[in-house]
Amino acid sequence: MSAAQLIAACLALPLAGAAGIALAGSRPNLRESVTLATAALLFACVLGLLPKVLAGGVPQLFVLEMLPGIALGFRVEPLGMLFALIASGLWIVNSVYSIGYMRANEEPHQTRFYVCFALALAATLGIAFSANLLTLFLFYEMLTLVTWPLVTHHGDDKARAGGRVYLGILIGTSIVFLLPAIIATWALAGTLDFTPGGILQGKASGTVIGGLLALYMFGIGKAALMPFHRWLPAAMVAPTPVSALLHAVAVVKAGVFAVVKVIVYVFGVDALAGVRAADWLPTVAGFTIVAASIVALRSDNLKRRLAYSTVSQLSYVVLAAALLTPVSVTAAALHIAAHAFGKITLFFAAGAIYTAAHKTEVSQLDGIGRRMPWTMGAFAVGAISMVGLPPAAGFLSKWFLLTAVLEAGQWMALAVVAASTLLNAAYFAPIVYRAFLRPAAARGEAHGEAPLPMVAALTATAALTVALFFYPDLALALARATAGG
Amino acid sequence: MDAFASHYTYWVTVFLMAAGLYIMIARGNLVKKLVGLGIFQTSVYLLYIAPGKLIGGTAPIVAEAYKVYSNPLPHVLILTAIVVGIATLALGLAIVVRIREAYGSIEEDDILALDAEPGKRA
Amino acid sequence: MLEHLPALQVVVPLAAAPLIVLLRRPRVAWLLASAAALFAFVAALVLAAEVASTGAISYHLGSWPPPWGIEYRVDALSAFVLVLVAGVGAVVMPYAWRSIPAELPRDQHYLFYALQCLCLAGLLGMTITGDAFNVFVFMEVASLSMYVLIALGRDRRALLAAYQYLILGTIGATFYVIGVGLLYLLTGTLNIADLAQRLPELAGSRPALAALAFITVGVSLKLALFPLHLWLPNAYAYAPSVVTAFLAATATKVSVYVLLRFYFGVFGARQVVESLPVTGILIGLSVVAIVTASLVALWQADFKRLLAYSSVAQIGYITLGIGIANESGLTATVLHLFNHGVTKGALFLLVGGIALRAGGAGFEQLRGLGRAMPLTSLGITLAGLSLIGVPGTAGFISKWYLVLGALQAGQWWLAALVVATSLIAVAYVWRFVEAAYLSAPDERSAPAGEAPRVMLIASWLAVGACFWFGIDTAYTVEGARRAALFMLGGLP
Repeated sequence: MSAAQLIAACLALPLAGAAGIALAGSRPNLRESVTLATAALLFACVLGLLPKVLAGGVPQLFVLEMLPGIALGFRVEPLGMLFALIASGLWIVNSVYSIGYMRANEEPHQTRFYVCFALALAATLGIAFSANLLTLFLFYEMLTLVTWPLVTHHGDDKARAGGRVYLGILIGTSIVFLLPAIIATWALAGTLDFTPGGILQGKASGTVIGGLLALYMFGIGKAALMPFHRWLPAAMVAPTPVSALLHAVAVVKAGVFAVVKVIVYVFGVDALAGVRAADWLPTVAGFTIVAASIVALRSDNLKRRLAYSTVSQLSYVVLAAALLTPVSVTAAALHIAAHAFGKITLFFAAGAIYTAAHKTEVSQLDGIGRRMPWTMGAFAVGAISMVGLPPAAGFLSKWFLLTAVLEAGQWMALAVVAASTLLNAAYFAPIVYRAFLRPAAARGEAHGEAPLPMVAALTATAALTVALFFYPDLALALARATAGG
Repeated sequence: MDAFASHYTYWVTVFLMAAGLYIMIARGNLVKKLVGLGIFQTSVYLLYIAPGKLIGGTAPIVAEAYKVYSNPLPHVLILTAIVVGIATLALGLAIVVRIREAYGSIEEDDILALDAEPGKRA
Repeated sequence: MLEHLPALQVVVPLAAAPLIVLLRRPRVAWLLASAAALFAFVAALVLAAEVASTGAISYHLGSWPPPWGIEYRVDALSAFVLVLVAGVGAVVMPYAWRSIPAELPRDQHYLFYALQCLCLAGLLGMTITGDAFNVFVFMEVASLSMYVLIALGRDRRALLAAYQYLILGTIGATFYVIGVGLLYLLTGTLNIADLAQRLPELAGSRPALAALAFITVGVSLKLALFPLHLWLPNAYAYAPSVVTAFLAATATKVSVYVLLRFYFGVFGARQVVESLPVTGILIGLSVVAIVTASLVALWQADFKRLLAYSSVAQIGYITLGIGIANESGLTATVLHLFNHGVTKGALFLLVGGIALRAGGAGFEQLRGLGRAMPLTSLGITLAGLSLIGVPGTAGFISKWYLVLGALQAGQWWLAALVVATSLIAVAYVWRFVEAAYLSAPDERSAPAGEAPRVMLIASWLAVGACFWFGIDTAYTVEGARRAALFMLGGLP
């Protein structure tokens, strides 16, 4: 298949899969087979694009002109390739996990769940491959809308409230900040295409650039920069596979991906550094990192703690991108990958604990590691990655980030990274400690591991987290290429 | 004073217009509102017709004997407008008849009160 | 045949009406009305294609050249509006096949179809004619049939709504005639093209200003510009479903077109935009309309009324584009005429299905609708996205140009207002979504299954159009831009 056909296949497959899932709705086994088959095929298609991108090519697909001069079009550059690989690869694992979780917990509306999941993947791939801001915005909004039914899956008052916050913040920021920013960019630059080196260079004064940057950074609400982070904890009402989708596969990654994309390809790293319009951004990101870590430390609910951990980790990416050096952009791209593997493992583990033991609070986890060794082992790997220790992927991105910080001489950023590493350790270590070293409090709880598909999935992602540490070549190559290789 | 006298048709027009509008706003009786509407529309007929008339002019007949004649176009236009006005009035009255059948009243306040009665969905 | 198409565009639906009254049989009436509507649609498409390739068409009715005869004129702007009106007119006919028998007694069916044809003819006539007085005549043809169509509603409040609309609509039309009369007294012509030629010499004279004021107020009543919108919510809420859909998509839109015609075709952009505070007033009123009507919509207990108030707000967006008065702003106005027409048409058609099955569209009847009427609920949700202006939908395209126009005019606060008020639209659309998908159904008023198939097909055609014109915008954007350029004097 030609590159353009592959891109089209990547976008059409999840859509076709969604239709297939809907048609097979009454027969669960067939429905889940369709999901898995679609996920596997999608991953194969994305892999098919990889050699071309690694060889330095930029596969393209032009569909039509949505507005005069602005195409609905797709271009696969290294960062998008990396994101697509993560999303489509983790979809397979997540589907296996979902099958175990949804069946074991006897969740309602499973067909709707799988349909929306497939649609979310289509939107994610659209974001990853988008060739310009308008295409990105189109799929960005689509992603928000198709994940709303997933967030409100349980349909009760809590889900309704969570859904309102989720939609309100994501749609609100994107319409009020992001859309005007895009239109203003169009008015200033006359193009919205992602171009290496940026499109706004010399088109506006430093003040205007700074204002635009603020609109973009807060407008991309999915990156959860404070004060627009509330949707992430609110979305915790969803079933755990959805949380994994939000935190690892698609939604937040789409946010930070868009942030990096905008900084690198719309403003241009050098151009932005030249007018010193982004000087405030590391401060905001640093504040988010530390503040979210503190909230995580104080949360007893496991999923909530993980949610705030995500808020904090996302700002690592923003911080890295905001340092505006090639190494820091590499760190940003790498952290998208590293965080994805680590965080999905943590959420899978949290879901497994809920399924097997019906426990949701950290304080209930005493001694659970002995009943669920695989789950808690994987959790420990994920936690190590979050803190940034070897041998886990998180170490890699943190290494690059620290290098960039030292190069740039940003002492504030250094302090933030150091503080947050300590905080991360402070809120993850007790969980692992409780699970393995404390005696179980209540007697007579005869639960073992979660169902096999779930354990298999979380073991796989934990293995991937470690594997990324030992075999970082592919991710590193794509990340470096993003930074201007 | 001269300006007043030479433009007196306009003053009549404006008076009728204002009177018609006032009736439509101030009266709660649906038929009286239609009467106001009729007066209001009549003022427009006058607005068009009056300037078309030339003093000493005749009907527009193409013949040697007649040099000065009134502009026929406003008459044609207003003929159309009168037809429209009659149709509107007839339709309005028909609707008022239906309203009386449905509500038993043609006073706007009574009707609104009937619709606002508890037990009926707003 | 082809050279008489501009006349046939209006004459065919006009002639169909008396024919329907003579034949009376409901099925025959439906067939005739559908054929007339379909013909009008095809004719509009052909005319639009011709205008796009060869430029404006001038047709002399009865071969009397203007200014003696009436001229029909199809140009970039009117062709665009013709396609919208005739297109919606054609789409609602299959819908009426099932919805009218459910809402009207059998012996009134033929009357409905006759009136529908008259209304269509009136709206098309308003659009196509090049004679200021002729606009009034067609306006009244359309309005009188609309009053009756609204009065056909099942609820007795439909009668009062029709009466109020009759009073206010007639005041509006009369104001319009007064304005035209003053122009006639000034210039001695009623032909719009001639008026445009002779008026510049008289620019600023008091009668010309009075004429502008009268026409603005009169047409604003017809297009329901805040605060002259009071007739609209009741009329939309209590009219039969198919009538609401048709009116919401076309009637106010044609009035906007008339306003555009007079502002930019008669008085000229220079006078209206530059030397008078017209645009300032329009911007102010539009802003108030958008904010207040959106907020009022949010608190309605009935979904149909909610949509009616939303229409008032959306008209605010349309007139805001006129107020901004640059190329992007006017493009947004013309685009939103079309896109909002399609969107609201789809929504009202779908709500008609709910009213048919559940006996009304109050929010307590919408509870759990996602399960009882899945296709209708999904359709409303998707069309609601277009109402919000989510990318990929028609509503987004017009909002894009509106914000762009505001930014280009340096009025960033208007851009901020437009995007911020979209959030209110999110809130009222999501009221429906939450009711339909996240609420347990009310046992007493649960709807009895999905809407009839023809109604669904017609509605989903409109929903599809919401997305089609949001992705493939070549036709609408190009048409709207040509119209905007034409209004600003850049196109012959």
